[in-house]
Amino acid sequence: MFIAPYVLFTLAFGLAPAVYALVLAFTDADGAFVGIANFAKVIGDYRFFADVGHVALYLVIWLVSLLVLVVLLALLVHGIRSRRVSAVFRLLYYIPGALAGASSVLLWLFVLDPSASPVAPLLHALGFQSFNQTIAPANLPAIFAIIAFWTGAGGWIVVLFGALNNISVDVMEAARLDGANAVQIATRIQLPLMRKWIAYMSVLSLAAGTQLFVEPTLLSQASNAVVPNDYSLNQLAYQYAFAQNDFNGASAIAVLLLIVSIALSALFVWRGGLFSTEDA
Amino acid sequence: MKEPMNPSSARRIGRRIGIVGIATAALVATLTGCSKAQGGSSGQYGFDEAQQSKSSTITVWVDATRAPAVKAFEDANPSVKVKTVTYDGSANGSNSFKTKMALFDRSGSGWPDVVFSTQNNDAAWASQKTAGKQPYAAVLDKGLVPSSVLGDFAKGSLDPCTVDGTVYCLRNDLAQNVLWYDKTLLDKFGYSLPKTWEEYQQLSAKVAKDHPGYITGSVGDPWPEIFMWSSKCQANDITGAREVTVNTTSKECTRAAGLIDAGVANKSLSTLSVFSPDFVKKYSGKVLLMPGPAWFAGAIFNNKDSLNLPKGELGVADPLAWNGEQPVTGDVGGGTWFISSHSKNLAAATKFAQYVTTQDGYQVDQAPGYPAYAPAAAKWLAKQASSGYYATSLDPITTAASQVWSGWGYGSFSQEAIWAKVMQPLITSGKPTADGLAAWGTEIKNQAQVNGYTVK
Repeated sequence: MFIAPYVLFTLAFGLAPAVYALVLAFTDADGAFVGIANFAKVIGDYRFFADVGHVALYLVIWLVSLLVLVVLLALLVHGIRSRRVSAVFRLLYYIPGALAGASSVLLWLFVLDPSASPVAPLLHALGFQSFNQTIAPANLPAIFAIIAFWTGAGGWIVVLFGALNNISVDVMEAARLDGANAVQIATRIQLPLMRKWIAYMSVLSLAAGTQLFVEPTLLSQASNAVVPNDYSLNQLAYQYAFAQNDFNGASAIAVLLLIVSIALSALFVWRGGLFSTEDA
Repeated sequence: MKEPMNPSSARRIGRRIGIVGIATAALVATLTGCSKAQGGSSGQYGFDEAQQSKSSTITVWVDATRAPAVKAFEDANPSVKVKTVTYDGSANGSNSFKTKMALFDRSGSGWPDVVFSTQNNDAAWASQKTAGKQPYAAVLDKGLVPSSVLGDFAKGSLDPCTVDGTVYCLRNDLAQNVLWYDKTLLDKFGYSLPKTWEEYQQLSAKVAKDHPGYITGSVGDPWPEIFMWSSKCQANDITGAREVTVNTTSKECTRAAGLIDAGVANKSLSTLSVFSPDFVKKYSGKVLLMPGPAWFAGAIFNNKDSLNLPKGELGVADPLAWNGEQPVTGDVGGGTWFISSHSKNLAAATKFAQYVTTQDGYQVDQAPGYPAYAPAAAKWLAKQASSGYYATSLDPITTAASQVWSGWGYGSFSQEAIWAKVMQPLITSGKPTADGLAAWGTEIKNQAQVNGYTVK
């Protein structure tokens, strides 16, 4: 009963659009079935593989840094003895994530502009004198990864912190008595027990990451299109729908994205043992 | 273990707007699409009209800069009810005009009666049927707007509005490029005004050497229109409603690229956007020459938030020519007004569009840019000249208005966005644009093709 509203909204705003996108992807503007013609068209688009490359590179940089740094930071924060200091750190990490997507990117527009940035000396030291130099095409995957990390990592640190809290004190105590140091405890005890949580984080982050849209779109607007308005696959879908008035092509891209993220997520679920019920 | 709150759900929702947004919009569209009201009379003006209702309110979309135009109209025509919606004017390739009309096409209702766009590539799509829907733009030259009025627009000014010989919009202002210069500074340095691009390049080199820090132009904004268009580079030769010829490696293109590269290398051309705070900080009082559109006068020179050049210093000269060639120039923007073919009150919508483009109440008294409507332009110029701001006669602006090269067309895709994507990074990083000309051409052809153009 309590999940009824959730089911309703999922049906209306999650499932129905997805099914409709699926229908659109296999039909033309007049609604006739066209097989895989839309897929052939978007895959043949000169921007498609460029965008796949952009998103893939971004995902690699972001996921790797997310996994490594979040786990490391969670372990460190968990290792802090003082409850108060630990709580302060968790709050600090979490704050950026409390900003909604678009507004946090707007904030970054200032951070990335050497003439307005609070970290201007750092940008200058890296050789960036103007906004356009900062957002040069080669820098974009790293920039998007940093923005995403900044907005998203804090929440995950808190989640993993919770996971660490769930590890039985007895186990930790036993390890310590056996003479394990902090690093050994982390690698032998904590990491294996956090595996599911790390897999969970990977799956959700991957799904979010393949849908890169807000960051490049806002940067594109702010830079007068020096950051292209077709940088990511979701942007390409947007271009198809609204610049070319081809909703079918847009849906085909959306369906392709769905397939890829499901496949990759399945890999993480399988490797991470996310849904296995026996306790480790 | 209890399921924790998903920390990234907000972000994912934001991202999903891409896919879900498209899908829901389309879903809503199909649900409402069936209920589209049929009826209305067909065609005394060359398109199917909606059922007319003489007293209905007209909805107009304008950018913030054009808001005074609506006010002026309302003051002059209190009997017409106007609802104003302020939007971004589709500026800088945001495409919001096109995007929103595509959604209204899907839903079958909701189109605004009159729309102002800061871009001049909208007629290319607004004149075409999309997804089986009647083109958004009303045909204007089959009786809706009197031909005497259309005839008084400056020569060539309705080109961006004209597709296959039919006029689909009214031009708000011209954005013809001229050569702006700081007369006081030029006299002080003892230079004479260049007449050709070759002389301009030589003078720029001299300025770079003798007066480092001073500039003779800017390439910081993605406007191929300033150097490429006026060099007759065939990057955007729209030959039919859906046909384009592209050749970006001709001598006309390479010489303009050479000009840009030399200027960037010796720093006589700024690589900062003229709208950036950095540009203002670095170059106030240091802009010796500046090839650029007519609206630069009000937007950057005589603007206290920009370069703020004092009264009596700004001069304007004819567009530069290449040695031995007739001078031609380009346009950087210049807004357009569209009337909806779906309007339920065409009479009021037309009255509005005609008022804001031709009547003194807006175009002469308040418009910031050079009016496209010739009679208003003459009065506007007289008014500007009488302000005493300029150090020279403003005649070159009028001359330039008739020198816009017609080999650069108005396609439905944004040349600015393409330049920004391919060429601007080269300029920013100091790499020669001459090496990027082929890639630029390829991107134009690709963009043209995905937008349904046949590339020759």
